Amino acid sequence: MERWSRFNIASVVLGFGFLYLPIVLLVIFSFNESKLVTVWAGFSTKWYAQLWHNQSLLDAAWVTIRVALISATCATVLGTLAALALVRYTRFRGRVLFSGMVYAPLVMPEVITGLSLLLLFVAIGFDRGFWTITLAHITFTMCFVAVVVQSRLLSFDQSIEEAALDLGATPVRTFFAITLPVIAPAVFSGWVLAFTLSLDDLVISSFTTGPGATTLPMKIYSQVRLGVTPEINAICTILIGIVALGVVIASIVTKRREVQRERDERAAFAAIG
Amino acid sequence: MKSLGSIRRSFAPWADPASKPFISVKNVTKKFGDFTAVDDLSLNIYTREFFALLGASGCGKSTLLRMLAGFEQPTSGEIILDGQNLAGIPPYRRPVNMMFQSYALFPHMTVENNVAFGLKQDGMAKADIAGRVAQMLKLVKLEKFAKRKPHQLSGGQRQRVALARSLAKRPKVLLLDEPLGALDKKLREETQFELMDLQQQLGLTFVVVTHDQEEAMTMADRIAVMSHGQVVQVATPAEIYEAPNSRFVADFIGDVNIFDGAVTSTEEGRVQIETTGGISVRLASPEKFANGAKAAVAIRPEKIRISRQAPAHAPTNAAEGEIWDIGYLGDMTVFHIRLKDGKVIKASSLNAVRAVEDPLGYDQQVWISFGEDAGVVLKD
Repeated sequence: MERWSRFNIASVVLGFGFLYLPIVLLVIFSFNESKLVTVWAGFSTKWYAQLWHNQSLLDAAWVTIRVALISATCATVLGTLAALALVRYTRFRGRVLFSGMVYAPLVMPEVITGLSLLLLFVAIGFDRGFWTITLAHITFTMCFVAVVVQSRLLSFDQSIEEAALDLGATPVRTFFAITLPVIAPAVFSGWVLAFTLSLDDLVISSFTTGPGATTLPMKIYSQVRLGVTPEINAICTILIGIVALGVVIASIVTKRREVQRERDERAAFAAIG
Repeated sequence: MKSLGSIRRSFAPWADPASKPFISVKNVTKKFGDFTAVDDLSLNIYTREFFALLGASGCGKSTLLRMLAGFEQPTSGEIILDGQNLAGIPPYRRPVNMMFQSYALFPHMTVENNVAFGLKQDGMAKADIAGRVAQMLKLVKLEKFAKRKPHQLSGGQRQRVALARSLAKRPKVLLLDEPLGALDKKLREETQFELMDLQQQLGLTFVVVTHDQEEAMTMADRIAVMSHGQVVQVATPAEIYEAPNSRFVADFIGDVNIFDGAVTSTEEGRVQIETTGGISVRLASPEKFANGAKAAVAIRPEKIRISRQAPAHAPTNAAEGEIWDIGYLGDMTVFHIRLKDGKVIKASSLNAVRAVEDPLGYDQQVWISFGEDAGVVLKD
């Protein structure tokens, strides 16, 4: 084991402090007894209890979750199809343009995406509300899914699809029986990514929303403008908890699978060696 | 099991004009853009034949195999299998199966399910599938590994799963793309004989693509030597080796010494050639040549004798030289001998006894010689 130099320790502490100090403060103050955000007055969970009585906050949370579920699912389907098209059909005309266009939203300022979507919805007379937010979220999360799935497909051995065709499976069956199960982990990560992006989006939602459809980030933002309340701290802490749990579970699952695979391979080679 | 030697020797449907080919490739051309991968190629493959497509990479052998499997469509020409034109028939409706070079096992399925996959596509009854899978796994000696996933197997085991999977549907033709390419030398040699036995047992037609000439020579009934999208020669391994029809085949298969020269005289069954290096060669040849015609003589290293004294028939079929290099391989020794004109030829001799009293050494003056049946005359 290497010894840690002072310089290394200092840089790790600084880096992590920079990243997590604000979040830690937020979590600590969510358990503050006092209504004053900056004054510590003892430990309490009363703000969490109060959350359950704040109907408008709960409504916003429900809208957010529904938008995230629907948009992540649609974006996963579209993004996976786009990735397949980009990786498989390398010979079609305008492929470079097409792939550039799929990835452009990754770097497009959100304000521009939001504004252009708003203009589109106004132009075609689409009533703004829940569905316009959902559509907007599908649009901007799709490219993230495409990137994740495409990177998996690049290392995919296409001869296994040919083997399935050769053994009598139609192209459609081949996709569902072979391709999809093999790339499923990437598709799932794409879905999780789309879900979390949708969950915390503020800018695009604000542009495309209409009366009666307020997402949680919008709600939080509007309340913060009136002053930060410990209640907001509490709901943010819950959100952090959910996201952290998701990340931890995902990484444990991946790690376990890797370890298991390595062990199996070693066993197989030991058996013949 | 009965020895297969006698069956193999008498198996020669290609020599019988009455027998009908099982697979007929007729004037097939395949182009990828400007590149012609297969160029107006025709060949016939017969039932129960073990047929090898041999060539360097990029010669079009894999493309031809992929056209048989249905992954590529010919640009022109047609492929007939058992009387059926395969044009437009997708891979999943062809009565052929393929074993892939990478094995292409389904990583998320157990060995069992890999083997059963093709049978399930046919809608076979569950009990029948289980029976057939068990039978196939027994055939490749993998019964104990039925529940394993591909990544839990060694390379050789994966190869056998791929084989079992491609044989499970009892295809009329099995296509094998470099089937032993990923195995180490020893395992490869064992597996060659296993494949031959399996093919005989099951009575199937095998078409194998390989770049390994030893593999093709060992396993195949006939070999098609390919180059630049065309078949250069189709013949049995012995014919390919002993009677190559061109300089390319002579050079591609095994080691060979080629002497360029011109015909000086022809008589009944014999041809006399004066090489550019000044050796006068007299060889048996069924073909007639015009006097003065350019010709080349191809002689395999093992058919060249080395002696200290001039042979009786000198100067015909003999030349003087000195030993330039010696390569000791254990079973035989390869000598590089520099002739008077500077040409270096290869001659090999079998080490039949363990120690020779007075072995040939470097720089020694020797005579090389060969018999009238030792070489082949190639038209240039």
